[in-house]
Amino acid sequence: MPVAVRELELDLDAFEGPFDLLLSLVLREELPLREVDLAQIVICFVDHLADKGELDLDACGEFLILISALLELKARAMFPEEDAELAELEPEEAAEELARRLAEYRRAKEAAHWLRERLDQRRDLFFRIGPAPFAPKAERKLAPQSPLKLVEALRSLAVEPPTPSTAHMGLRFPPTSQFLDRWRSLLRRRSRFDFDQEVEGLSRVEVAVAFLALLELRKQNEIAIAQSAPFAPIRISRADAERSLSWSSTTTPPARSA
Amino acid sequence: MEQYNDSPSPLRLITTADAPAAELAKIVEALLVVATQPLPPAELAAAAQTDATQIGEALELLTDRYSEEKSGIVLELVAGGWAFRASEAAAEACARLFEKPVEKGLSQAALETLAIVAYLGPITRPEVARIRGVNVDGVIAGLVERWLIAEGGRDNEFGAIRYRTTPLFERIFGLESLGSLPRVDDLGSDVSEIRERLEALAEKRPA
Repeated sequence: MPVAVRELELDLDAFEGPFDLLLSLVLREELPLREVDLAQIVICFVDHLADKGELDLDACGEFLILISALLELKARAMFPEEDAELAELEPEEAAEELARRLAEYRRAKEAAHWLRERLDQRRDLFFRIGPAPFAPKAERKLAPQSPLKLVEALRSLAVEPPTPSTAHMGLRFPPTSQFLDRWRSLLRRRSRFDFDQEVEGLSRVEVAVAFLALLELRKQNEIAIAQSAPFAPIRISRADAERSLSWSSTTTPPARSA
Repeated sequence: MEQYNDSPSPLRLITTADAPAAELAKIVEALLVVATQPLPPAELAAAAQTDATQIGEALELLTDRYSEEKSGIVLELVAGGWAFRASEAAAEACARLFEKPVEKGLSQAALETLAIVAYLGPITRPEVARIRGVNVDGVIAGLVERWLIAEGGRDNEFGAIRYRTTPLFERIFGLESLGSLPRVDDLGSDVSEIRERLEALAEKRPA
């Protein structure tokens, strides 16, 4: 037969004996609960369960109820809220205060009784109630406002918003025309040039635009572009010089591969 | 009626003596039948574009016409205004068709809380809890849901919401105003009586 929780033998710092006795001592206020370590009781019970080797659900339920009641009592004892106010008073004052509170509550009870009777009297009276009866409105004072403020607010909305700055993006594209001019003037002086040499020292963006300018010139048949192999230097020559280049490239292949 | 204006007939005397109040009474009863809450005399006067005295006369006519003895519709002064309700004679029929959701199943806790708010409101939740000695959060929420109490401003010191009873509360409980509640002094026993009982109890306790 399982041992009832109440007969659980306890061995605590503050108390030694059956759980049942501890309970009655606490309830009779002969043992101050704040001196009892409740965690120890839990450990005792868990040990007891482990010894038995089987889970007695009834005992666990009973234990939970008892220990939670003790916890609540202890918590109340350790955090006295209302009672502290009373405790600070002299016995005479405390009695007065208690009587005052009781009287106050008694009046509330009486008033509730009166309301109940009133409700019973009107039980047979039916009337129409609106979907949302008016509630008393809380006073909410606003500072006086000029209607012109509305105009101001509206006006600020009517203004064209400033274009967002893209300065932080830091990408500046030089105009293609700049390189078009540059390549044309270069080709007026020389019949051919090496792209990589000419763009050395320029930024990636500038190199890209310079290359775009080349493509533009090629499209307009002003230049010829040649590259002997992938990643090999790009050679640019005037369109009229192309024929001689192609001619020389076909006639002297060994020289190019060298 | 105009045909009697120049006539010396005694009929004219009778009709003109009653006509203004009777005409106004028609307007007032129309306003009351549309309204879903009691209408104060001032509002009736404003809507009918007349003065309080005239409204008073019209209401006198109507309270006589719409009384328990004469009509299935009864005019009553409640929650600071005038409103129609069904007669008591029609109660059973009404109960078969309609519910009374606002007051249905009001608990003792709800009534006590309602009483405290009615007498001491606007009052904050902690103040009610202190008087009742228990947490009242749920009860207050329930009363707000029933529209019996509503928020009425905030506590100056802590900013806690203060509650007060609504006009619907007065209507449900048939009060002309909160002033119709019994005086606090007439309720329950006073402090000294309770004090005496406490002392009597203390003497009985074994030392």
